[in-house]
Amino acid sequence: MAISGAALVLFLLLHMIGNLKIFFGAEAFDHYAHWLREIGAPLLPHSGFLWIQRVGLLVALAMHVWSAAVLTIRARKARPVKYAHRKPVQGSYAARTMRWGGVIVFLFVVYHILDLTTRTFNPVADTSQANAAVVQGFAPDRWYVTAFYVLAVLTLGFHLNHGIWSGLQTLGVSNARRERVLKGTAFAVAFVTCAGFLVVPFAVLTGLVK
Amino acid sequence: MSLKLRIWRQADAADKGSMVTYQLQNVSPDMSFLEMLDVLNERLTLDGEDPVAFDHDCREGICGMCSLVINGVPHGPEKATTTCQLHMRHFTDGQTIDIEPWRAAAFPVVKDLVVDRRAFDKIIQAGGYISAPTGSAPDAHATPVPKADADLAFEAATCIGCGACVAACPNGSGMLFTAAKITHLGLLPQGQPERNTRVIDMINAHDEAGFGGCTNTGECTSVCPKGIPLETIARLNKDYRQALRAAS
Repeated sequence: MAISGAALVLFLLLHMIGNLKIFFGAEAFDHYAHWLREIGAPLLPHSGFLWIQRVGLLVALAMHVWSAAVLTIRARKARPVKYAHRKPVQGSYAARTMRWGGVIVFLFVVYHILDLTTRTFNPVADTSQANAAVVQGFAPDRWYVTAFYVLAVLTLGFHLNHGIWSGLQTLGVSNARRERVLKGTAFAVAFVTCAGFLVVPFAVLTGLVK
Repeated sequence: MSLKLRIWRQADAADKGSMVTYQLQNVSPDMSFLEMLDVLNERLTLDGEDPVAFDHDCREGICGMCSLVINGVPHGPEKATTTCQLHMRHFTDGQTIDIEPWRAAAFPVVKDLVVDRRAFDKIIQAGGYISAPTGSAPDAHATPVPKADADLAFEAATCIGCGACVAACPNGSGMLFTAAKITHLGLLPQGQPERNTRVIDMINAHDEAGFGGCTNTGECTSVCPKGIPLETIARLNKDYRQALRAAS
C-alpha cells in the first residue's frame, strides 16, 4: 500500500507540475506534450518513455488495488457481526473514505484517459493539440466534465491527506516527535496537489487560458 | 436517574442474539457503570430471569477484564477510562444506552457481553516475553536503562490487554495491542535478544488469529483506556522492517 502509493504520488506531483506549463501559453504546452513523447530519443522510440511510465504506473496501481482489496477482505472477515450502534471517535473523514474515495479516483482516471489521452470523449481528436484539448475539454458547455474533475481532485486530496501520512506510518518513519510534522506535510502535499490540478479548469473557465 | 438500556443478549456462542430493552429506575449518578448493571442483574435474578453476563474483575481500571461498547464507543464516552471506572453521572436522566460486546471474529461472544479474548494470549505466547533466568532476583541496576527509554517502555507497558483497540478499529485489527508489547519490550535492553523474531512471530500470530490489518485510522488510540499512542504502531512497523531485512 505504502510503496505503490509513493510511486503514484510521485507521478501525480510530476503530472501536476507538467500541467502548469499551460500557463506559459498554448505553444509551450503543446511543445511540452510533444517533448514527453520524445524523452530519451533517439535511444527510446517515439512515446517510449511514456509507455515505460504507463507500465510502471499500471504495476503500482495493481499493487495498490491488490493491497487495498486484501485489507478490505481481512477487515470484513475480522468483524462478521456489525455493531448496532457505531460511532467513529477520532478517525478523520479522509481516513474513513479511503476505500470509496479510491474507487472514485480510479473511475475518474479511466474517464480522464479516455478524455485527454485517447480523446474518445474529447472534442479535439488531434493528439498533437494538447492545449486545445484542455481548453475545449473544460469548455463551459461541458460543465459536467469540470464538475466530475473537481469532485475527483477533491476526493484525491482527501485520499492523499490520509494516505501520505499513513504510508509514512506504515514504513515506520513516523514517531511521536515527527507525527505532527509528517501529518502537516501530508496535508501540504495534498493541498498543493489539489490546488495545482484545480487551477487549470478554473483558468479555462475564467478565460485565463485560451 | 432512570435509564432505557438496550443490551445485547446471546445465550451462548451458537445463539444468534439480539438487542433487548430494559427500563431501569433509581440509578444513582455515583454508581459505576458496572454497579448499574449489578442493580439490573439483581432485579433480573429476583424476577427469575437470566442475569446479563459481563466481564469484570478488579473494578479499579487495571486488570483489563471489563469491556462493553457503550453507545458505540468501547469503554464508553469518557477518555482514558475503563468501563468499571466510568460513572453514571456522565449520562443523563432518561437516556437510552446501547450496550454491546466487542465485535471481532477473533473475540467470539461466549455469552451476552462476554467475549473470549484468548487470541491476545496467543499473540503474547508468540513472542511477548523475554528469556531471562528466573530464580534469584537480579541486582538492581545491573542493566542500566536510560530514563527516557524506561518512561516510554512503561507507558507502553500500561496496556491492560482489554481489547478496546480491536473493538474500535474499523478493520478489527489488534495492532495497537501488539505494538504496545513490541514497544514495551523493544525499548528495554532485556528485550533485545529476541527483538527481530518477536515482531515477526507476534505479527504472524496476530494475523492467524483473524484480526484485520491496520490502516492507521487512529480509532484505537482514542478509545484506549490507557492512552497507548499511535506512535507505538510506527515503532512496530519499523521493527518489522528491520527484522525482515535482518532475516533476508
